[in-house]
Amino acid sequence: MGMARSNPRGRGERRRTPAPNPTGQVKHKLRFAIGSDFATSCRIQKQIMDEVIRQGFTGPSIFAVRLALEEALANAIKHGNRLDRGKKVRVEAEVTPRQIRIVIEDEGGGFERSSVPDPTTRANLEKTGGRGILLIETYMDKVRWSRGGRRLEMIRRNADGPPLRG
Amino acid sequence: MADMTSPVSVTSQQDIRIVEFTNNKILDEANIAEIGQTLMALVEENNPPRLLLDFANVDHLSSAALGMLINLNNKIKQKDGQLRLTNIKQQIYEVFVITKLDRLFRIKPDRAEALSSFEH
Repeated sequence: MGMARSNPRGRGERRRTPAPNPTGQVKHKLRFAIGSDFATSCRIQKQIMDEVIRQGFTGPSIFAVRLALEEALANAIKHGNRLDRGKKVRVEAEVTPRQIRIVIEDEGGGFERSSVPDPTTRANLEKTGGRGILLIETYMDKVRWSRGGRRLEMIRRNADGPPLRG
Repeated sequence: MADMTSPVSVTSQQDIRIVEFTNNKILDEANIAEIGQTLMALVEENNPPRLLLDFANVDHLSSAALGMLINLNNKIKQKDGQLRLTNIKQQIYEVFVITKLDRLFRIKPDRAEALSSFEH
């Protein structure tokens, strides 16, 4: 994407202006390329959540998106890029009143979803980590890993959003 | 970060330390690390530690926060102490159920019940 350099917002953050989509709804697309640090992650989460709220998402949907977004970014920064500030996390969020689609891609070594142990078994219950993926998969409607586990695409519908058309 | 207020407030009832979270979100790593340090210090200071965590103000929490709570629980168990959680809102309680941590922690519906559940 190569967007980080000449960026007036600094720190690789960039925001695109909205364009109307064919259904007449305004689709807001936010794009960021951030370094692997939690403070920047916090800031872009706030921008995405502000848009989610502006688009009319309600209680349970807001809760779900906020949780999944935090978990996915923490995973990309910690487990993907292993806190290497030289590595980027690219984030794309497409928000309409009906749903949000988020794509997060890190520059780490990837992982195999099937190799992540079930954190709810008796043997793993007292482990301090390993619950992020379970929460993402529980709270989002659609979750897909690709590019060897480096890219995550997730979708959550707004429970009280407008009905599907066409 | 720039926030100078403590993320928890601590009061006491006899030898039980009651911890209230002041922020409505226990989400980001820096915030969680700070809370973890404060709680660990309380565990160190009290023998045996008896802690009651009141989640009345909390609307969001992440798996990193759960990890911090598990760490705390392990430390308290090591010191033969007791930990209770209370006033957890429904949405947050669901996170405990999904992760099955409702089986690990002693969660009580309100403060009075939580306080009376401490064993002497």
